[in-house]
Amino acid sequence: MMSAGALFLAVFLACVVEAVEALTIVLAAGTSRDWRSAITGVVSGVVVLAVIVAVVGPALTLIPLDALRLVVGGLLLIFGVQWLRKAIMRAAGLKALHDEDAIFATELAAAQAAPAGRRGMVADWYSFTLSFKGVVLEGLEVAFIALTFGANQQNIPLAAVAALAAVLVVTLAGIAVRAPLARVPENSMKFVVGIMLTSFGVFWGAEGAGAVWPAGDAALLVLVPAVALFALVLVASLRRIAAQPLATTTSSTRPEGAPS
Amino acid sequence: MSRISAFFAFWYDFIVGDDWRVAVGVIAALAITYGLSTTAIPAWWVLPAAVVIVLPLSLWRVTRRAGTNRRAAARSTRTH
Repeated sequence: MMSAGALFLAVFLACVVEAVEALTIVLAAGTSRDWRSAITGVVSGVVVLAVIVAVVGPALTLIPLDALRLVVGGLLLIFGVQWLRKAIMRAAGLKALHDEDAIFATELAAAQAAPAGRRGMVADWYSFTLSFKGVVLEGLEVAFIALTFGANQQNIPLAAVAALAAVLVVTLAGIAVRAPLARVPENSMKFVVGIMLTSFGVFWGAEGAGAVWPAGDAALLVLVPAVALFALVLVASLRRIAAQPLATTTSSTRPEGAPS
Repeated sequence: MSRISAFFAFWYDFIVGDDWRVAVGVIAALAITYGLSTTAIPAWWVLPAAVVIVLPLSLWRVTRRAGTNRRAAARSTRTH
């Protein structure tokens, strides 16, 4: 029960975060240039993602569970630690908070400056490719998380429902607001997703490598809060560093590129 | 950059991310877990221990680099 709830929460939150980012890119392409081309890009991106999920999803269910958990646990742990590191740095003020309004302004300026051009049936190639890349690149990570969580829990349908629910919620909110969803607590959600990916990566990776958890699945009830507590301790430690005189002047430092 | 190298660069960035040491640490921890699981010693603690080591190390590396950049920027501001 706990695993199903955690599966839904992790996939839903990860999907909301990535969908909000994709929405910002699509909005910039549509409002500044050509909505029809931007929407064609979205539809094409969704089709590509659907094909990837349709091919990879059934293939994952054919892999023996221990091997799947070893590989997927390892990958989730690598993803999770990196998500968590960025979330910790944002929470500590050492990395700029993800700001959809600022990203929208940047994308808008770039879109307005780009030359117009028609290719085939697409009236504005720039809008099309911007939307297409936004959807595919943001969606790929979500597809990976949804598929691997679903396959490991042997419940791909629940993961798919969580992912589709998140996309639907963000799409409806985007249509209603017609602006970047800057009020979504994206940074807090990324923190939670980082904790979930790390915890499940540890749990499945260890099981896949042959370890036996004390108390079995119930170990997750300890792992998730323990990872959260550890991350909060790291945030508190880093805030002390950020509070030092030099750091206070540069709270918007972006030390490195961030794949969401 | 050729299409093939761009393809591999994309997947490297997607899977390994911006700190390859995290990936190496995780793979090493999985190998140790597997090794221990073939003995009578419990192996479940290896990956949590790896997180306790790898995450602060990765944070320390990035914050140290950010600190170096900030100091350089501060020096540059003072000299101009």
